[in-house]
Amino acid sequence: MYRYNETDQRLVEERVRQFADQMQRFLAGQLAEDEFRPLRLQNGLYIQRHAPMLRVAIPYGTLSARQLRKLAGIARLYDRGYGHFTTRSNIQFNWVRLEEVPAILAELATVQMHAIQTSGNCIRNITTDQFAGVAADELLDPRPYCEIVRQWSTLAPEFLFLPRKFKIAIAGGAEDRAATRFHDIGAQARLDEAGNVGFAIHVGGGLGRTPMVGQLLKPFLPRAELINYFEAILRVYNRHGRRDNKYKARIKILVKDLGLEAFAREVEQEWAWSRGGPNTLDETTFARMEAFFQPPALPEDDPQAPAYLEPLATHTPFARWVARNVAPHRRAAYGIVSIALKQPGVPPGDATAEQMELVADLAERYSGGEIRVSHEQNLVLPQVARRDLFALWDALRTRGLATPTIGLLGDVVCCPGGDFCSLANARSIPVAAAIQQRFEDLDYQFDLGPLELNMSGCVNACGHHHIGHIGILGVDKNNQEWYQLTLGGREGNGAALGRVIGPAFAAEQVPEVIAQLLEVYVAQRQPEEIFIDTVERIGHGPFKARVYGAGDRP
Amino acid sequence: MNAPAQPIAAPSAQHLIRPGPPARCTPDPWIWQLDPAAPLPPDAARQPLVLPLAHWLALSPTRRSPCWGVWLGPVDDPEVLLPDLPTLPLVGVHFPVFTDGRGYTTARLLRGRCCYRGELRAFGDVLRDQVYFLARCGFDALSLRPDQSPEAALQALGDYSWEPLKGLAHAG
Ligand code: HEM
Ligand code: SF4
Repeated sequence: MYRYNETDQRLVEERVRQFADQMQRFLAGQLAEDEFRPLRLQNGLYIQRHAPMLRVAIPYGTLSARQLRKLAGIARLYDRGYGHFTTRSNIQFNWVRLEEVPAILAELATVQMHAIQTSGNCIRNITTDQFAGVAADELLDPRPYCEIVRQWSTLAPEFLFLPRKFKIAIAGGAEDRAATRFHDIGAQARLDEAGNVGFAIHVGGGLGRTPMVGQLLKPFLPRAELINYFEAILRVYNRHGRRDNKYKARIKILVKDLGLEAFAREVEQEWAWSRGGPNTLDETTFARMEAFFQPPALPEDDPQAPAYLEPLATHTPFARWVARNVAPHRRAAYGIVSIALKQPGVPPGDATAEQMELVADLAERYSGGEIRVSHEQNLVLPQVARRDLFALWDALRTRGLATPTIGLLGDVVCCPGGDFCSLANARSIPVAAAIQQRFEDLDYQFDLGPLELNMSGCVNACGHHHIGHIGILGVDKNNQEWYQLTLGGREGNGAALGRVIGPAFAAEQVPEVIAQLLEVYVAQRQPEEIFIDTVERIGHGPFKARVYGAGDRP
Repeated sequence: MNAPAQPIAAPSAQHLIRPGPPARCTPDPWIWQLDPAAPLPPDAARQPLVLPLAHWLALSPTRRSPCWGVWLGPVDDPEVLLPDLPTLPLVGVHFPVFTDGRGYTTARLLRGRCCYRGELRAFGDVLRDQVYFLARCGFDALSLRPDQSPEAALQALGDYSWEPLKGLAHAG
């Protein structure tokens, strides 16, 4: 893991001091609400429905056990004993008190954490693949690059007041597990013919009210130019992005208005000035960064250890959990364990202080003390010996953390919705709970196979509903909560946006409608064909017909 | 979202700070022409006037005085000043509202690409909570909004001890 040097540490401490002063001036009436607002947002502080909400950055989703314990402590001391992991691998505390936020930030600074730029019209937390550095299918470890970009973007003085927020994701694998094409900038690692490292750069992706898939701006950017090129993109955006209408202010609108080619020309012109300049990255920088992310010295071990194979053969619940929640590590004797924060009846992504502490302990015992946060709102232990899996599973069970549904219907992604968020049109958590309840039967979920269901409480799309195979969006009709369903969304290499299937439904209808969609799939699927592939093969027609009756067929 | 356009106010002569070193508060000797259509005052050539870009560009080079500066709005392209920059004593950059970040890029373009070395002045909605970042982008003179305390703003210049533009320095 990256460890702060003196400069990083000083920066977060100075930030805490600066914000404590701003807060004090605000409370004393010396700083107007309008002037305080952007300052508090750049420190992750929202004013929400019930209470202020604090969003803490988890840079590229990596946490140490010590940091996770601190988050647990904050949840207990300053919140109601839990936190909410988000789709951008941050954690939110929904019940903090305004006056206490500086104290929370000071506590975070003691474990090299902060809430800088987790909101506001600036460059946000950098995200990546939750399996970075351990995935069997990885081209290179993206974390050193994430860290370089994090350092550059933190308080980058030119880009603190952009037209709108700006999100960057970097992925290192053949499989894009970081949803890079749904970010303002998405970088995917590539090697050129000579074996040089670089990135394919996509631009202008995003969800929200105008969802768009990012377009390919540069097929191969040499890694030395990463910062120069990002700076060129940001500069074009800062100068020319719309500021007259906040719904048209994201870079995706600028790219669309100019056209990809004209936008690319502007960026190239801008880049021509900085190319090879002072912010060009050199080999020592990469080497120094890579040194922070060296794989731990994992001892040789037996992938066929009896402590693993025996329970696997005899204990169905364990075998199920392994099948869904353990991904291949690049070393066969190890596995990557996903811990689902998807207990039926609990808001997706929520973890209690006790759960966080247990995961921190287990990470230390079994996984080199490191934890990852995934954009599916789950936690990940990146390197667990297969012989330890059974003991780990057994320990996770004690706190309801062994739900074996990663990538299945039960792994619902969901925003806080109307229960917490003042922008919501509808509640999302109770609907997610109703769906999880209706499809509790694990045999059925396993039979259905991989299926992503995402839900947002309004068009801001915090729950990524457009990229769910099935998406649910809360809408308001005459002050009533309704739910619109989309079908066909997909992240990863075949990225696509879901399309609305028809008129919206009332909350209590939603589980039944989903059951109907699944019936169509089960009836029509070919052997081994997963839900989304069936949707792409047969189109929306049969699904609509089942849900709305033949009369509504388009 | 940015506030609707308001008439631009002239910088207050008592609210000019210079990040230095040494950081200090100094009176503003400049006379600001805000309306591009306003005629030049009598004896203009010897006055320290700051003209709007449109006015400056409308004058033929022979009619421009070496005593004058120019100011840019957020949409103005600083590169149109390239031929004039080596001799311009002052370039102002207007911030209609502090959340409009275009002026930061204008400053970096002027200081970096255009190699401008004269006084670079931020004015308009310039608040103490932004002075540190403005200074980091190359502004060496900040006309604060008149309700801001120059002492507090001078202090805010010390909010951080590290230099973000060289943020990568410790990385290589
Ligand atoms: C409760 C407080 C929250 C508020 C007020 C809020 C507000 C917003 C708003 C206004 C947007 C749209 C901005 C735009 O498109 O320009 C947005 C987008 C987003 N939010 Fe939230 N949000 C909240 C919580 C969350 C949570 C809990 C998550 C994660 C589960 C989240 C993840 C996201 C993501 C991923 C987007 C991006 C959509 C895109 O790609 O454009 N937000 N949020
Ligand atoms: S999608 Fe809407 S309801 Fe859900 S958290 Fe975001 S802003 Fe709130």
